Amino acid sequence: MKKDILDILENDSRKTVEEIALMLGKTPEEVAAAIAEMEADNIICGYSTLINWENVKDDFVTAMIEVKVTPKRDMGFEHIARRIYGFNEVKNVYLMSGGYDLLVMMEGRNLKEISTFVSTKLSALDSVLSTATHFVLKRYKEHGVIFDKNSENDERMIVSP
Amino acid sequence: MKRPEDFVSEKVHTMPFSGIRKFFDVANEMEDVISLGVGEPDFDTPWPIRERAIYTLEKGRTVYTSNAGLLELREEISKYMRRTVNVDYDPKTQVLVTVGGSEAVDVAMRTVVSPGDEVLVVEPSYVCYKPCVTLAGGTPIVVNTKAENDFRLVPEDILDKLTDKTKAIICCYPNNPTGAIMEYADWAKIVEVLKDRDILLISDEIYSELTYGDRKHVSPAQFSEMKDKTIVVNGFSKSFAMTGWRLGFALGDPEIIKEMTKVHQYVIMCAPTVSQRAAIEGLRVCDDDVQRMRKQYDMRRRVMRRGFLDMGLDCFDALGAFYLFPSIQSTGLRSEEFCQRLLMEERVAVVPGNALGDAGEGFIRCSYAYSIEDIKKALERIARFVKKLKTEKE
Repeated sequence: MKKDILDILENDSRKTVEEIALMLGKTPEEVAAAIAEMEADNIICGYSTLINWENVKDDFVTAMIEVKVTPKRDMGFEHIARRIYGFNEVKNVYLMSGGYDLLVMMEGRNLKEISTFVSTKLSALDSVLSTATHFVLKRYKEHGVIFDKNSENDERMIVSP
Repeated sequence: MKRPEDFVSEKVHTMPFSGIRKFFDVANEMEDVISLGVGEPDFDTPWPIRERAIYTLEKGRTVYTSNAGLLELREEISKYMRRTVNVDYDPKTQVLVTVGGSEAVDVAMRTVVSPGDEVLVVEPSYVCYKPCVTLAGGTPIVVNTKAENDFRLVPEDILDKLTDKTKAIICCYPNNPTGAIMEYADWAKIVEVLKDRDILLISDEIYSELTYGDRKHVSPAQFSEMKDKTIVVNGFSKSFAMTGWRLGFALGDPEIIKEMTKVHQYVIMCAPTVSQRAAIEGLRVCDDDVQRMRKQYDMRRRVMRRGFLDMGLDCFDALGAFYLFPSIQSTGLRSEEFCQRLLMEERVAVVPGNALGDAGEGFIRCSYAYSIEDIKKALERIARFVKKLKTEKE
């Protein structure tokens, strides 16, 4: 049941406990308990809204920054990751396999703001060896939702056998 | 001099248009209609299937296939039957790829029915069975399933319809329009009736992937006594959301499939090549997509059923296809009047149960192949309408 609840909430976090219970054929109490448990276990970490900021703000850029670092003794990458994700501008931080170590995603008002952050904050960190910054030009799909829909008309006939 | 219409054969001339069509003509002219009337998935065909079709076109692989369908596809269908219902069919001799399940039904009828033969048609059901029997020269004998049995087929329904002219029986489970399913124990009783009789069973299993709760689809072909006497009809329309691709298949005894292939060869040649190649991909990689859609339907089913119960309409727990079949008898209206008025007064299109067989009188078919939001909107309107009918009655 937990997996089903997560599937529903991931898609629409505004679904109420009652609705979810109805959809899954469970009681609201069962669903509420499962959600509380998953919140306590840090499985559900928040309820955010998927926003296409490009449609709201004129001055909005997203950057993906590849960061190469030297891991700290005993701390591995945790230490440097913590130093980076502490910044409010940073939205996501992932440890990666392959050509670089950390992928940092951040949002800013313009290129200048991001490049300032990279040069003064990120590159200045001791363990950071190098960075490569990529700017997002267009968002097509996020979180499984296609932003770029041209038409969504139901082409089906109104009644069919 | 003959008028053009005089050239039309008696058989076709006297064949009525399907009741659904009449209704559709009205609904289609109206604006702001919320429909629960559609018999096809609202999901797009899974991308890997569409992508394979594009690739096929790019490569120009658009020539005829062998009559029975690409062997590669028949092999995948054979594997699919093994993994879903655990029945073995030899891809070379027991699988025929058709233009949708509809063609499979038509070809099956033309292949087995001789003039004078009777074919039992289990209703309520999809609209094509009776006409197909008639066109094949047979006589359709309607078998009505009952609400008290949740529209499952029981031996009592058929026993008094069997004669020495009975050639075959055709039924569809999971069922359109009732959403009824047949579980193993239900089939066992029917098999008991049919196993020692020379009657062919044509089992339309087009909704086989859509069973809910923890129920798994059961095919009568799983019974060894019935396997050789059963023609299984299935396809990609519902399970893989591929209605417009027109691709189905028939499975059965090699001798019957051989004869059916003959008919298919002369009237169709082969099923669409692009669809066939795309379907191979579907059978190989899209099991998860099928399950994802099934899960969604199941959730919508629960939401919709609760809606009907809350507005005071009886609605049995239909565990298959994507239809609920609530009873509207408590409103005092007949199915057609209910649907006409619901359409005119609240702009909701549902299908009158009797359009799919007399046994459906007093019921309406509501499809949940719609988003939960649409379903809720439609339910609100239906609830308002039902309430109005109640005050009218008082």
